[in-house]
Amino acid sequence: MSSIGTGYDLSVTTFSPDGRVFQIEYAAKAVDNSGTVIGIKCKDGIVLGVEKLIASKMMLPGSNRRIHSVHRHSGMAVAGLAADGRQIVARAKAEATNYQSVYGEAIPVKELAERVASYVHLCTLYWWLRPFGCGVILGGYDRDGPQLYMVEPSGVSYRYFGAAIGKGRQAAKTEIEKLKLSEMSCRQGVIEVAKIIYGVHDEAKDKAFELEMSWVCEESNRQHQKVPDDLLEEAKAAAKAALEEMDAD
Amino acid sequence: MDSTHSNPMSLCSQADSQRTLYPYVTGTSVIGVKYKDGILMAADMGGSYGSTLRYKSVERMKPIGKHSLLGASGEISDFQEILRYLDELILYDNMWDDGNSLGPKEVHSYLTRVMYNRRNKFNPLWNSLVLGGVKNGQKYLGTVSMIGVHFEDNHVATGFGNHLARPILRDEWHEDLSFEDGVKLLEKCMRVLLYRDRSAVNKLQIAKITEEGVTISQPYSLKTFWGFSAFQNPTVGAEGSW
Repeated sequence: MSSIGTGYDLSVTTFSPDGRVFQIEYAAKAVDNSGTVIGIKCKDGIVLGVEKLIASKMMLPGSNRRIHSVHRHSGMAVAGLAADGRQIVARAKAEATNYQSVYGEAIPVKELAERVASYVHLCTLYWWLRPFGCGVILGGYDRDGPQLYMVEPSGVSYRYFGAAIGKGRQAAKTEIEKLKLSEMSCRQGVIEVAKIIYGVHDEAKDKAFELEMSWVCEESNRQHQKVPDDLLEEAKAAAKAALEEMDAD
Repeated sequence: MDSTHSNPMSLCSQADSQRTLYPYVTGTSVIGVKYKDGILMAADMGGSYGSTLRYKSVERMKPIGKHSLLGASGEISDFQEILRYLDELILYDNMWDDGNSLGPKEVHSYLTRVMYNRRNKFNPLWNSLVLGGVKNGQKYLGTVSMIGVHFEDNHVATGFGNHLARPILRDEWHEDLSFEDGVKLLEKCMRVLLYRDRSAVNKLQIAKITEEGVTISQPYSLKTFWGFSAFQNPTVGAEGSW
C-alpha cells in the first residue's frame, strides 16, 4: 500500500492529514530493500542470521560484518543503510558499557532494547535530523533467559520469538511460524535459520550472498558469538540440500 | 595515616579535595618472574589499613583477557578501578571479533598511559603494577608504578619486594626455570618479606600464566622459624626489664 504524500513528506516533523509521518515510512523502505535478517528465540537461546548480499566479487569474505556484539551477552543484526547501522551499534555498545559501570552488571536485554529504541526514536523528532534508515534485531541472554527484540526506524520496539526484516521478510516470517521454536535447541535453530535464508534468497534478482550467523545460548556459555565454523558449514550444507530437494519437486 | 601529612583542607579548594592524597587500604609487595613456560607471580592476600592488618583475603592478582595476569600493590580501591578500566578495554577488544586479542605488551602499554596521565593531573592511581603474560610463545613481564615509570625485565617486584626480593632474584634467577624451581624461588622471597615487611601477612597465592591460560593457586601459608637462641629470654641483659 503505497501513496504519495505530496507536500506532507518533506520533513519528519510534519504529519499528513491521515496521521502518518511519511519520512519514517520512507526510512522503513530502506530497510525493506536490504538483505533479509532473521532472529529466532529457541528453547535455550537466540540465533541471528543475515543474508549478506555481496555487492562486488572484490570484497573479502567475512568483511562488512552485519552482526555485532553489543556486550558479552547480547548482539544485534542490522538491516538497511549500513552506515546508519554502525551508529546504532556504537550507541548500543555505549549504553551497555554505561549500564555496566553504573549498576555493576550486564544490561538486561529489555533495558538495552528500550534505550536503543528511544535513541532511534529521537531522530524522528527533529527536523534537522533524519530517521535511521535501518532496522535492528537484538538478541541477548540475561537473568530472565533468552530474549529477542526488534527495533524499527520509527523507534518502535517489540519483543518477539521470531522476527524477520528486509527483502525476504514475508516468506521468512511464514517459514518461522512453521517452526516449533519452544522445543528447538539453538543447534537445531542454526540449521533452520540457514535453511530459511537460503530459501528466501532470490537467485534471479540478487546474485551472490554470504550467510552470517551468530548465537547466544547455553552452548556458547551465554556469550554472544559467531556460530562456530563447523556448525556453520553443517548448516550451509543442510540448507543447500533442502533447496535442491525443493527444486527437484 | 601518616601524621606528617599536613591538614589538606587548609591547603586546597573544593576541586582539590577530589584528588588522591594518600592511600587507605593497601596491599604490599608483588613479585613476578619469567620461567620456562611463562610467568610466575606471587602476592600475599593482605589489605592493610595503615598499620592494622585489616583484610586478610584480598586477591591482588587477576587475569586480564586471554593472555595477561595483573598483580597490584598499593591502594586496593584504585586496583579495583584499574580492573574496571581493563574489563572495558578487553570487552571492546572482544567485540571487534577480528581474530586478534590484546596481549601483555599492549595491556602494559595501556596501563602505562593511564598511570602516567593520572600522575600528570596530580591525581594518581596509588598502585604499583606487575603485568605478565604469554602470547604466541613470547613471554612478557613488565611493571608500572604510580608515577608512570615502566619497564620490563626477567624479574620484577613492587614495594619492599624491590629491596628484599630482587637481590635474591638477581643471584638465583636464571633462564628456563622449571615450575617447581620458580615456585621455590618465589616462596624464598615471600618468606623474607614475611619476616621483614610489617604489612605482609602469612597467606599468599602463587599465579602462573602460560600459553594455555592463567592458574591462581588456592591461598596457603609459609612455614616460618622463630626458634633462634636470641629469641629465648629476649630480656636477659636488658636494664630494668623482667
